[in-house]
Amino acid sequence: MRLEPVANPTLLRTVGLPALALFGTVVAASLLAMIAGAQPFSVLGLIVKGAFGSKFAALETLNRATPLIFTGLAVAVAFRAQLWNIGAEAQLYVGAVVTVVLGTGALAWPAFALLPTIAVAAMLAGAVVLLVPTFLKTRFGVDEVVTTLLLNFVVLLWVSMLLEGALKDPMGLGWPKSARLIAEARLPRMVEGLRLHWGLGLALISALVVWVIQRRTTLGYEMRAVGLNKEAARFAGIPVNTVLIKTALLSGGLAALAGFSEVAGLKGSLTLDISPGFGYTGIIVAMLALLNPLGVVVAALFVAGIFVGADSMSRAAGVPTYLADIMLALALLMMVLAIMLTKFRVRRD
Amino acid sequence: MTKTDEAQVVLRLSSITKRFGKLTANDAISFDLAKGEVIALLGENGAGKTTLMNILFGHYTADEGEVEVFGQRLPPSQPKAALQAGVGMVHQHFTLADNMTVLENIVLGTEPLWRMGFGRSAARRRILALVEDYGLRVDPDATVGSLTVGERQRVEILKALYRDARILILDEPTAVLTPQETEDLFATMRKAVAHGLSVIFISHKLHEVTAISSRVVVLRHGKLVAEARTADLDRHQLAQMMVGAEVPPPAVREAAPGEVLVALEGVSTPDRGAAPGLKSANMALRGGQIIGMAGVSGNGQAALADLIGGLIAPASGRLRLKDGVPSDWSPRAALAAGIARIPEDRHKTGTIADFDLTENAVLELYAKPPFSRRGWMDWGAARDFTQKVIERYDVRCPGAETRIRLLSGGNMQKLILGRVLETAPDVVLANQPVRGLDIGALTYVHEQLLAARDRGAAVLLISEDLDEITALSDVIHVISEGRLSPAFGRGELTTAELGVWMAGHGFEGETHAA
Amino acid sequence: MEIIDILISASFWTAAIRIASPLIFAALGELVCERAGVLNLGIEGIMVVGAFAGWMAVYLGGGLWLGVAVAMASGMLFGLLHGTLTVPFGLSQHVVGLGITLLATSLTYYCYRLALPEVTSPPKIEAFQPFEIPLLSDIPLVGPALFSQTPLTYLAFVLVIVVTVVLYRTPLGLALRAAGENPAAVEAQGLSVTAIRMGAVMVGSGLMAVGGAFLTMSAFNSFFFEMVNGRGWICIALVVFGSWRPGKTLLGAVLFAAFDALQIRVQQTSLGADIPYQIFLMAPYILSILALVIMSRRAQVPAALMVPFNKGER
Repeated sequence: MRLEPVANPTLLRTVGLPALALFGTVVAASLLAMIAGAQPFSVLGLIVKGAFGSKFAALETLNRATPLIFTGLAVAVAFRAQLWNIGAEAQLYVGAVVTVVLGTGALAWPAFALLPTIAVAAMLAGAVVLLVPTFLKTRFGVDEVVTTLLLNFVVLLWVSMLLEGALKDPMGLGWPKSARLIAEARLPRMVEGLRLHWGLGLALISALVVWVIQRRTTLGYEMRAVGLNKEAARFAGIPVNTVLIKTALLSGGLAALAGFSEVAGLKGSLTLDISPGFGYTGIIVAMLALLNPLGVVVAALFVAGIFVGADSMSRAAGVPTYLADIMLALALLMMVLAIMLTKFRVRRD
Repeated sequence: MTKTDEAQVVLRLSSITKRFGKLTANDAISFDLAKGEVIALLGENGAGKTTLMNILFGHYTADEGEVEVFGQRLPPSQPKAALQAGVGMVHQHFTLADNMTVLENIVLGTEPLWRMGFGRSAARRRILALVEDYGLRVDPDATVGSLTVGERQRVEILKALYRDARILILDEPTAVLTPQETEDLFATMRKAVAHGLSVIFISHKLHEVTAISSRVVVLRHGKLVAEARTADLDRHQLAQMMVGAEVPPPAVREAAPGEVLVALEGVSTPDRGAAPGLKSANMALRGGQIIGMAGVSGNGQAALADLIGGLIAPASGRLRLKDGVPSDWSPRAALAAGIARIPEDRHKTGTIADFDLTENAVLELYAKPPFSRRGWMDWGAARDFTQKVIERYDVRCPGAETRIRLLSGGNMQKLILGRVLETAPDVVLANQPVRGLDIGALTYVHEQLLAARDRGAAVLLISEDLDEITALSDVIHVISEGRLSPAFGRGELTTAELGVWMAGHGFEGETHAA
Repeated sequence: MEIIDILISASFWTAAIRIASPLIFAALGELVCERAGVLNLGIEGIMVVGAFAGWMAVYLGGGLWLGVAVAMASGMLFGLLHGTLTVPFGLSQHVVGLGITLLATSLTYYCYRLALPEVTSPPKIEAFQPFEIPLLSDIPLVGPALFSQTPLTYLAFVLVIVVTVVLYRTPLGLALRAAGENPAAVEAQGLSVTAIRMGAVMVGSGLMAVGGAFLTMSAFNSFFFEMVNGRGWICIALVVFGSWRPGKTLLGAVLFAAFDALQIRVQQTSLGADIPYQIFLMAPYILSILALVIMSRRAQVPAALMVPFNKGER
C-alpha cells in the first residue's frame, strides 16, 4: 500500500473520518465494558449522564476540564513549534509549589495584588523547568522527549521531598500535605453559590490569548514556521533557537498555571496527588484539538467528561475506571489516523 | 515507429499510463528496447521520464499498460521482480546507506535474509572483477559516506551489475559529473553494451544524447512525441522535438562591470561531514555581472551559498561588503545588506510546504513594517504584497491562500523569485535556480536574473550545469574541494578546459593536498 | 569508606546485574526498533503489559517459560499496532508511542482489575530462581555477580550477543541497518522497507515486554501498579548512551544499574541517613539526563530515525 495526497478532500472525508474514529472508540469501550459484565449499550449513556447529567456532574466536569485546558494549551503551543514538551506534569507541580510557597502567608498582600503575583511567579517557575530541556536541545541537540519525561520523575520526587520537609503542614498528621493557603491567595468563585472557581475563567482567557498570539503576532508566525520547517525558518532569518526558548517559556508557564489553578482554586493546599496525570492527558487534549487553542477548550471538556462520566459509570456498572484511560488512548490513536486519512488516501499496489 | 527485431527485444513498454491527480505524467507510452542498444530517453524536466522509469522498476504502479522483460510480463510495483528479471536502475538521487561500506551496499538484498553471515570475501572478489571489467574504480571497503559523488554513482552501477542486470537504466547520470567523468561513464556504458547489456539513458542534454545513444525516444508533457535513430537527427531537430518549439539561447548583452558589492578575502569555512568547506577562497561580486560558479556538486557550493546567504560566518579570512566587513553575520544581516537568496532546495529551504502563499511570501520580510509593527502581524499588507508578486511574476495558483505544496516547482520558484527580487536587491545569490524546472519556467528565471544584472545587481549563479553557466555568466569561477579558481571572462576557457578545473587540477597548492 | 566496602561486596554486583537485566532486554528492543528507523515510545507501556501478561500466565498455571513467551507475544501485539500506525501509515512516532504507552498501561490495569477484582495485595507466583553455573560461580566477586543469576538474566546477556551478530553479520541485519539509514536504498534493492520496519518494531516490542516480565517473574514475584516506573524512558536514554550499539548499550545498562544498586545501599549507611531518600531516587533519572548530554556530541544517530517512508513518494 502507499499513501497519496488528496487535493480537495470532500466534506464527508474531513468530518466523517474523525466521527468514525470517535464512534470506533465508543464501540471498543462498550465491548470492553461488556467483558466486565456491563450492558454494552448502556455504557455510553451512563458516561454522558455521569458527565453532564446533573448540575453537580456538569460542575465536576468543568472543574476537571480547567487544568486540562491549561496543560492542553501548554502542549499545543509547544507541539506547534515541534518542541516535544512531555513534561507538563512537572511544570504543573512546580507551579503548584510556588503557589503554596507564596500563598501560605509569606506575602500578606490583599488578593488583587497577591493572586496575580503568584500566578506570574508560578508561570516563571514552570517556564524555567521547561527551559532546561529546551536549552539542552538547542545547545547540545538532546532529544527533549526523553529529558522532559525524565524530569517529571525528578520533579515529583522533589515535591515529595518538600512535602515531607520544608513545605510540610506543621498542623498536619503524618500525611505529606502542605499548609492551607491564606484566604487572599484563594481564587474566588466565578458565580456565587456554584462550586466553580476563577481558574476556569483564567483558562478560557488563556486559550483566547494563545489563539491571538498564534494568529496575529510575529511570534505566533515564527512558532508555526519553526514547527513546520526548521530549515526553511532558519534560512529565512527566523532565530530558531530564540523562538524555541520563547515557546518553552509560554508552554511551561501555561502548564504551571494548571498547578496554580488547582491549588489556589480547587484544593487550597498541595498534596502529591493534585494531578492524576493532567500533564500527560494534556497531550491527548492537544492532539484531539489538532493543536488549535480554541479547540483545546472543547477537547478538554470532552476528555474531562469521559473521566468524570467513566467514574460514575464504573460505580453504576461495576466496570474498572481505567476504561476512561483506555477510551482516551484509543480516541487519540484513532483520531491521528483519521486526521491523516482526511489528507491522504490509501492506494493498494 | 521503427520496428525492432522481435527476437532481439529485451524490454517492451506497452501503453503505460500514470496519473497523479489531474496530471497525466505518462500518457499511453510504448516502446521497445533491443539487446545491446542504448536508448536515450529525452525530454525536459517534468516530461515524465523519471516517472516512466519508476514504473518500469516497480517504484510506481501504472494505472494502465504493462511492462515485459525478456517476454515475461513484470508484476506491477515490485522492484524485486524487476531486479530478478534483470533490470538495474541507477537513480538520480542515490539510494545508498551512508553508514555502510560499498560492499555492504552492493550485497544488500542479494542474499536470503534468513541466513547466518554473508560471503564477504566472495562478494569482494566479484566486485573487484566488475570494477576491473567496467572501469568503475571504487574501494569495496570504503564507507559510502566518505565517497565523492562520482564514486557513489559508480557504486550504484556496481549494484546493478553485481545482480547480473541485463538492462541498465541511468536516470540523469551526467548531471553530477565533470565532463571528464561523463566520458568515463560513457566508456563504462560502451563496455556494458559490449557485454550484451541494453541501456536506457535519461538526459536532457542533446550533445550527450548524440554522443552515446543509438536511438532516441522523446517525451513531452507525458506523451511520446518521437522515436527515431539518433543518426537520423541533428541537435536542432532534437531540441525542437523536446520542447515543441526551438528555444533560442538567452540573448546576453555585454555589460559594464560595476563596483565590488561582496568580496571574499581568503575565506575558509569548516568542512561538514563529506561536504568540504571553503579553502582560502577569493572572489569579487561586481554589480552588473552574472558570476557563474561551475563545479561538480558537493565541492563546497553549499558552504559558499551558506556563507553569502548569512547562514555561516567565515572561520578565517574576511567577507567584505560594500560598507565594510560586517560585525555580525546572519541571514537577517545578509538580507539587510541587500543580498537576495534563491536557495538550492526550494521545497526544504525555500518554502514551508504547509504555509500558504502569503505566509511564504513574507517569510524573509515579516519582521519589519509594513508586514508587522511592534510584534503584531499585518496580514492585510502581507496579502497585498503577495498579490503583487503573484501578478508581476506570473505565479499560477488558485489564490494567495493556497498551500504552497500544491504548486508546481516552477510556480514555487517564481514566488521565491518575486519575494527576493521585489526588494530590489544589490546582490542575488541564485543556487541551482532552474533545477527541475520545465523549459518555460527555466527561461523565465534566466530572464529575471539577466534583468537583475542589467539593473546593476551582482548575480552569483551556482550551477552544476556547465551549459547554463557558460550561457549566462560574464565571469566564471570553478569550485573544487572548496577551492575557487581565478575569475575567467566570458569565452576565455573551453568546456574541456573548465572540465579540467572542475576535476580539481590547476589550483594553487595542488601538490600539497588540501 | 563505606562506599568502598559496598563496591567490593559480591551482593552489590549481584544486585547490579539483576537490576540491569530488564533494562538490557528493553533497551535492546528499543535499539532494534531505532536501528530500523522507528522510535518506539510505547516502551514504557509495553513493559507494563509484558510484566502483567507473563506473570498472569504463570499465575493461571502456565510454566515460567510459557510466561516469558506470553509476555513476548503480548509485546509483539502492541508492536504490531505501533508498527502499523507508524510504518505504512507514517503517523507521528512521538504521538503514537505515547498513545501506545497509555493504551497498554490502562488496558493492563483494566485487565488486572477484571482478573482480580477483590484482592488488596496481588498474589505471588513461584518466580525464576537463581541458577548457579558450576565452577564459574565459584570465582570470587565475578562468580556470584555473573554466574549465580536467574536464567532470564543469562538470556539477556545471550541476547546482546545474538542482536550484535544479527545486526552486523547477517543479511537481515544489513537490511535492518539500511532501513534506518536510508530506506530508499532498501527499496531499490528489492526489499520491503515496510516489512523490515514492521518486523523490527514487533521483535523489539517483544523484547521490551520480556524486560517487563523480568520484573514480575525474576526480580520480584508479583505484579504491582507503577512497577515499571520510568524504566522504559531510561532505556531510551541508554540506547542513546550506547550510540545505538548493543555492546555499549549493555555497558550503559550495567553502569546505570550499578549506580542504582549503590544508591540503595548508600541510603542505608550513616551517610544516607542525613539525606532525604528522594534525592537517591532522583539520581537515576538525573544520571540518565546527564548521560544524554555527554553522549549527544558523539552519537551516530540512524539517519532515517523518525522519518516515515512512503513508497514512491514524489
